[in-house]
Amino acid sequence: MSEVAQHYTPGTHPDMPPPVGQRGIILWLRKNLFSSWMNSLATLIGIYLLYKIIPPLANWAVIDAVLEAGNRNECKAIADGACWAFIKDRFSILVYGFYPESLRWRVDLSFILLAAALVPILFDHIPFRKPGLIFSCVYPFIAGWLLLGGMGLEPVGTDEFGGMMLNTVVGVTGIAFSLPIGVLLALGRQSHLPIVKSISVCFIEFIRGVPLITLLFVASTMLNYFLPPGTTFDLLLRVLIMVTLFSSAYIAEVVRGGLQAIPKGQYEAADSMGLKYWQSMRLIILPQALKISIPGIVNTFIGLFKDTTLVLIIGLLDVLGIGRSSMADAQWNGLSNEVYVAIALFFFVACFGMSRYSIYLEGKLDKGHKR
Amino acid sequence: MNTTTADHDVDGRSALSKLWNNREARSVILQILTMAALIGFFAFILSNAVANLAAVGKTFSYDFLSTPASYDINQSLIDYTSRDTHLRAGVVGLLNTLLVAACGIILATILGFILGVLRLSPNFLLNRISYCFIEFTRNVPVLLHILLIHGILVHSLPHPKVASTEFNLWDLFYLSNRGVFAPKPIMEPLFWATIIAFFAGIGFTIWFKRYAKKVQDATGKIYPVFWIGVAAIIGLPVIVYLVTGMPIVWDVPEFQRFNFKGGMVLLPEFMALWLALSLYTSAFIGEIVRSGIMSVSHGQWEAAGALGIKRSRTLNLVIIPQALRVIIPPLTSQYLNLTKNSSLAIAIGYMDVVATIGGISLMQTGKEMETMIMVIAIYLVISLIISAFMNWYNKRIKLVER
Repeated sequence: MSEVAQHYTPGTHPDMPPPVGQRGIILWLRKNLFSSWMNSLATLIGIYLLYKIIPPLANWAVIDAVLEAGNRNECKAIADGACWAFIKDRFSILVYGFYPESLRWRVDLSFILLAAALVPILFDHIPFRKPGLIFSCVYPFIAGWLLLGGMGLEPVGTDEFGGMMLNTVVGVTGIAFSLPIGVLLALGRQSHLPIVKSISVCFIEFIRGVPLITLLFVASTMLNYFLPPGTTFDLLLRVLIMVTLFSSAYIAEVVRGGLQAIPKGQYEAADSMGLKYWQSMRLIILPQALKISIPGIVNTFIGLFKDTTLVLIIGLLDVLGIGRSSMADAQWNGLSNEVYVAIALFFFVACFGMSRYSIYLEGKLDKGHKR
Repeated sequence: MNTTTADHDVDGRSALSKLWNNREARSVILQILTMAALIGFFAFILSNAVANLAAVGKTFSYDFLSTPASYDINQSLIDYTSRDTHLRAGVVGLLNTLLVAACGIILATILGFILGVLRLSPNFLLNRISYCFIEFTRNVPVLLHILLIHGILVHSLPHPKVASTEFNLWDLFYLSNRGVFAPKPIMEPLFWATIIAFFAGIGFTIWFKRYAKKVQDATGKIYPVFWIGVAAIIGLPVIVYLVTGMPIVWDVPEFQRFNFKGGMVLLPEFMALWLALSLYTSAFIGEIVRSGIMSVSHGQWEAAGALGIKRSRTLNLVIIPQALRVIIPPLTSQYLNLTKNSSLAIAIGYMDVVATIGGISLMQTGKEMETMIMVIAIYLVISLIISAFMNWYNKRIKLVER
């Protein structure tokens, strides 16, 4: 290239774009992928990893996948990728379990109402938030009535619950009831009364020290021994009680962290106002403590929701249990990966959504504390 | 607390109300009530339990532990046959639990630290890959991981006959749907010399580290402690091993008709549980490591630089000690979670303590109460030991504040 010398009077020089290497995609590549030879090597390793993972996965899950087939052999005959026809065939049982087909609108309705009940809890700048929150508090009872029936609706036994609906029922019930119990336990652990304190500590540490699966075994095998002779109650109810107790211990620890983060001056200020214990907790301490422990609480809920799959070990047919039992079908024998991947996607969407929400909250709460 | 003044006749109230307004008295009353309620609750459920056990004709006793278990266990670290007692079956299960938990903790820590460091890497690609891996792994239930990996191992790996030719690494390792077959070391008597050398190497390294610190404090001279330690811990045993004439015989697996003979086998159940627990926990550890390293402010790097400390020593002396302070407590709870999650072994038939004592022994003897109490007690003890150890370690690395 020949350079033509040009002369400009001062102030008339036109703005020139930065050199090619200093802008746009090339700058980005240089900065993020090839800033040093170590970095370039890392990029090559990354590309190799992606090359090893993505094409086979895409081949299996998308390109060679079969969407329409009657059984496994038909699937095999079409292509040797994933046989999604199986999931399609079993979709309704994976979602509703053995809930009677004619009554499934009740499940749908309770799912829709669940979404409506969640909105006022999750977001605070929406119209009609106050009445919405009241609805959220009443929602568990409405959902219970819709799902179980009675009082004008045809009753449905809990042994017909199953699939994703069972996971949601166990998860939402556990979440709704473990929060108040967890807050009480956390207050008990911070209490000045030694007996109350030691009972709370023992309970929390006991629950946190044993796996959920042993508690579920306790619920399924020996809980009936501790009830008055002759009484027996539903397996699902026993599971719900255990799941609630289990997650309340974890919630209690999260809330305790929040309580400990409140400056001592807040307690002293509440005392000097002449507030009684419950007044100061309700009006001063808990609103602040709960606010800063929300991200931790959401994380506990994510854990709880994932743990709802454990009920399959004591014989309840949740989405994983139904997936496993449908693998035994002679027509679709041996399609375990498809089922597991589909269920994993369901949990991923639900839990990733919750964790994104928790990150959004953290960002929102952060603003008040930064100076 | 209650002061009576002339113009306020407080004493007009009933004695009970006065008591209730006295802080100490109220706390005593409340605690007595709680205690009474608790004792009443336990008395109630215990009396129910006694009545219910009597009604079905069961007694509460641990006699069954000394009766023959009469079931087989597919993986056992100690000698076990079905003629052994339930107690021994329980010990086999407990050892299996501890084995998978220990292996899982080691692998999860290594993977987790790699993931955490990759998450902080300036390289966009590796950073994103690690982020996607972490998010996909930790947002899927651990039980699903276990079942998925078990399914892949059992359905996708070939039968031993095919594995003996195709999935064969140097005629030593075979990957099959019956498990991973590997050579088994058989130690000859002289091998103890190598073991002694190994421990001597560790002892020497600890001594040398103290000595090097003393020298550095006195003169400022810095020894390459890390490399000398590596030489002592790894090099010394290797030399002793070679000098004593390599006293290990490898029992190599061989394919015979239907299955492999000899060697040692890692069952698909163990592999699935180990890999699933490690992958799942490593995602959480990765995030913990990332937040720990991020919690050390950039000013620390600059301050160390201003003092003239080398970059590699800055990492060792300034950054890592401060990051560990943030990393250790959540890491402890991840180790505990991994150990507790190993109880999910029962879903794929790995014989851990829940599957032996709390599973088959329970079914065979009908002793729900006794077996469940044993299982719960075992997990409580394991949890307490792990958290006690980590608390001790945490205290040791805590910053000394003046």
